[in-house]
Amino acid sequence: MTTGSAARAPRRGSGRRIPRALHPVAWWLWAVSLAVATTAVTNPVLLLLLLGVLAVVVVNRRTDAPWARAFRYYLGLALTVVAVRVAFLAVFGGDLPTQGVHTLFTVPRLPLPSWATGLRLGGAVTAEGTLGALYAGLRLGCLICCLGAANSLANPKRALRVLPGALYELGVAVVVSLSVAPQLVESVQRVRRARKLRGGPTSGFHALRGIAIPVLEDALDRSLRLAAAMDSRGYGRRGGVSTGSRRLTAALLVAGMCGLCLGAYGLLDGSVAAPAGVPALAAGATLCGLGLALGGRRVVRSQYRPDPWRAAEWGVVLCGLVPAVVLVGRLATHPAALAPSTDPLVWPALPVVPALAILVAGLAAVIAPPPVRAAHRDVGRSAPATPGSPGSPGVTATGEPAPTGRRVAA
Amino acid sequence: MIEFDRVTITYDGATAPVLRDVSLRIEEGELALVVGRTGVGKSTLLGAVNGLVPHFTGGRLAGRVVVDGRDTRTHPPRDLADVVGVVGQDPLAGFVTDTVEEELAYGMEQLAVAPDVMRRRVEETLDLLGIAELRARALHELSGGQQQRVAIGSVLTAHPRVLVLDEPTSALDPTAAEEVLAAVTRLVHDLGVTVVLAEHRLERVVQYADRVVEVHPDGTVTSGAPDRMLISTAVAPPVVELGRFAGWSPLPLSVRDARRLAVPLRDRIGRRPVPDPPRSAERQRGATALSARRIVVRYGDVTAVRQVDLDLAAGEVTALMGRNGSGKSSLLWAVQGTGTRQGGSVDVGGTDPGAVPPARARRLVGLVPQTPTDLLYLDTVDDECAQADRESAGASAVGARALLDRLAPGIPGELHPRDLSEGQRLALVLAVQLAAAPAVVLLDEPTRGLDYQGKRSLIGILDVLASEGRSVLVATHDVEFVAAAADRVVVMADGDVVADGPVGEVVGASPSFAPQVSKILAPVGVLTMDQVRLALPEAV
Repeated sequence: MTTGSAARAPRRGSGRRIPRALHPVAWWLWAVSLAVATTAVTNPVLLLLLLGVLAVVVVNRRTDAPWARAFRYYLGLALTVVAVRVAFLAVFGGDLPTQGVHTLFTVPRLPLPSWATGLRLGGAVTAEGTLGALYAGLRLGCLICCLGAANSLANPKRALRVLPGALYELGVAVVVSLSVAPQLVESVQRVRRARKLRGGPTSGFHALRGIAIPVLEDALDRSLRLAAAMDSRGYGRRGGVSTGSRRLTAALLVAGMCGLCLGAYGLLDGSVAAPAGVPALAAGATLCGLGLALGGRRVVRSQYRPDPWRAAEWGVVLCGLVPAVVLVGRLATHPAALAPSTDPLVWPALPVVPALAILVAGLAAVIAPPPVRAAHRDVGRSAPATPGSPGSPGVTATGEPAPTGRRVAA
Repeated sequence: MIEFDRVTITYDGATAPVLRDVSLRIEEGELALVVGRTGVGKSTLLGAVNGLVPHFTGGRLAGRVVVDGRDTRTHPPRDLADVVGVVGQDPLAGFVTDTVEEELAYGMEQLAVAPDVMRRRVEETLDLLGIAELRARALHELSGGQQQRVAIGSVLTAHPRVLVLDEPTSALDPTAAEEVLAAVTRLVHDLGVTVVLAEHRLERVVQYADRVVEVHPDGTVTSGAPDRMLISTAVAPPVVELGRFAGWSPLPLSVRDARRLAVPLRDRIGRRPVPDPPRSAERQRGATALSARRIVVRYGDVTAVRQVDLDLAAGEVTALMGRNGSGKSSLLWAVQGTGTRQGGSVDVGGTDPGAVPPARARRLVGLVPQTPTDLLYLDTVDDECAQADRESAGASAVGARALLDRLAPGIPGELHPRDLSEGQRLALVLAVQLAAAPAVVLLDEPTRGLDYQGKRSLIGILDVLASEGRSVLVATHDVEFVAAAADRVVVMADGDVVADGPVGEVVGASPSFAPQVSKILAPVGVLTMDQVRLALPEAV
């Protein structure tokens, strides 16, 4: 371990802890565990509690980087999902005989031809049906928010760095394409403004050629220059690996993938004997693991300031595992508490043990070290830099604010 | 350190080789300056050093290029990454990661440098280039000079023995260029890194060079000591031109050396009246063509232009100077009417170009943007000209093609605009904009990528425009260009106009903006070589 990261170790009990970034994989495991827990629940009280826990952790432990502000968009998406789900029920799912007796209102029903059996348009919308849709929608929304929390808490690009060596190229491709998108937007804005200088149209089909061609040429140029730069900086060096070894890696991976597919099919399809699934799955996973390990050996590369894995990381992962284990486990023993009945209508109860388990996940907000924010690292920075970058022609010409050195302190 | 042994490079589909029978040795610790006109193959020569040519670009390389004992025939660029570091013109295009620190480490990660060594080298490089305070910043929010220094740092961390720089300062203002070149010379002197550098504005670097390598239009290459080579090179900075003119030997390469030799010359010139710069006879300063009042441009909470007043006279060439980000581009776009403008008014012949549709605004004010290619989208030069005539039907009696022939004669009409040289492309875009017959012409950084001859013909073009009674405003960083082309200079800083006056007064008096000839001959108020020649006709 480097001396620098040792110095950044958390010191508990001696005043404020030193800020550092938690290992991105720890956040992802925490969030995925919560997502697993969510799948076992439709109790709205528990789901709202879970949402609250997610929000508290995100607000307390996110950085001030651009991706860290993404949580609100996931929240918006979740709300949309709930709304769409309920609206769909009102239009398509009304008047089913199993959907209870408490009619809220009736939507005029459209008669459908006889071949469309099972499909209904309109009809009576019942309280039972609506509530069922609301619960299911809320669960889906919660899942989306778990994903959002992971994305806001862990730098997606840093998370890609933990990919096994054999998949490194894949990770680089994703990172590069992520950085190309904003450049493309900038390029489109710049060319559109240039089109105006010729008095040409800037929207509509006729403008497409005048805008698309310069933008695409620009993008192509840029990617060629990037490729040349990466090549001359050593990207893709191979450490004397024989062709035979490379072929073996490929063969192992293909065979492993086949095994995984077969296994998954065997497990999911009831008509295939279950024992056929598990061994195939295991064999496939083993082969893939071998292939990745072998492929990783040919990679000669090191990592700058790798994220350390310490007690805090273990703590956060455990916090996530507790609700997953408790909720999935209790689904078998106490199903009524986790998934309250909507027909007949009952008030959802607040089961104590699952609620406590979910609250445990919230401890991550305390266990994880405080994040590194601009206020911490910008101490002693010199005066704001000259705004504007000539490297990207027309930064000011695109109507974008010229980047200033100033940054909003958290 | 670098050895070219009878190298001939031919690109696919080309009839003639770019480089022909090049034999060249660059010793360890040298700073070799590669000079030559635009498009002669300087970039090819630089690319061949680390094998990008031909491994990446394609083409055929005959002969041998050996760098630190490694033949580029058997070593692709990635296997030379620990020996040769390459920095290009546009640093942003070469960045792989998104923060300064990670960018510095990227190359080392590829080379599998041990983590503790990486950590140490990143810290050392941050200090070496003076960018320690930027370590956690996002790359895209840095200024151009900072970005270029990060780009240099990101290849330095791999401890290369050779650094290849392809026009590293072409996009930078004079101060930022100084920063970058100071960093480079420090590397040469303190660390003994071998540097191969191509640069258009020779006046900035020629004094630091240990060797000048000239690439000739036929693809051959000559090299030697700077004071010997520069007697005859096709491109030369003003100090060298003055030295050649006065017959000084050895040829001075810096203002300091030249000033010592210039004492008798100064006396001779000082006794005569300062001649006007050469201008066409019809060029006369006319009435005010454009009048802008209290222009304000804001982006979010950043004010780019603060209540600027600007008057442009017909028949006058005005230069707009100032460091990167001082609001020059914003002012140009706001005055033209296409850009945003939060306050103020513009008056061109009684009309505000911002208040009328774009098609009408371009008949009042024409603007050539920083990347002129943004305006071009058709397949041939003739198509572009015909389209320009359609776009500005009835505005001008002269078609775009005729305008183009006047600005840059002899461009074949069936060529693709991409295949033109920088100067020709600029002329094409200018012709497209002039087809609308605007009374005011604005140019944003037109000198980027132009060599001395290209700039000379642009100066001629601007002179033609002015003598037709148009008003011309040029935003530029190039002091020598301003001294030769402009009548008047407006200097902006932080959104304000800080100076406005005749070129001799504004530029001649400034220690950082003064052109070389003026520095050498001060206090005589001569700015350019053309004026020197006019003042001493008998010496020609």
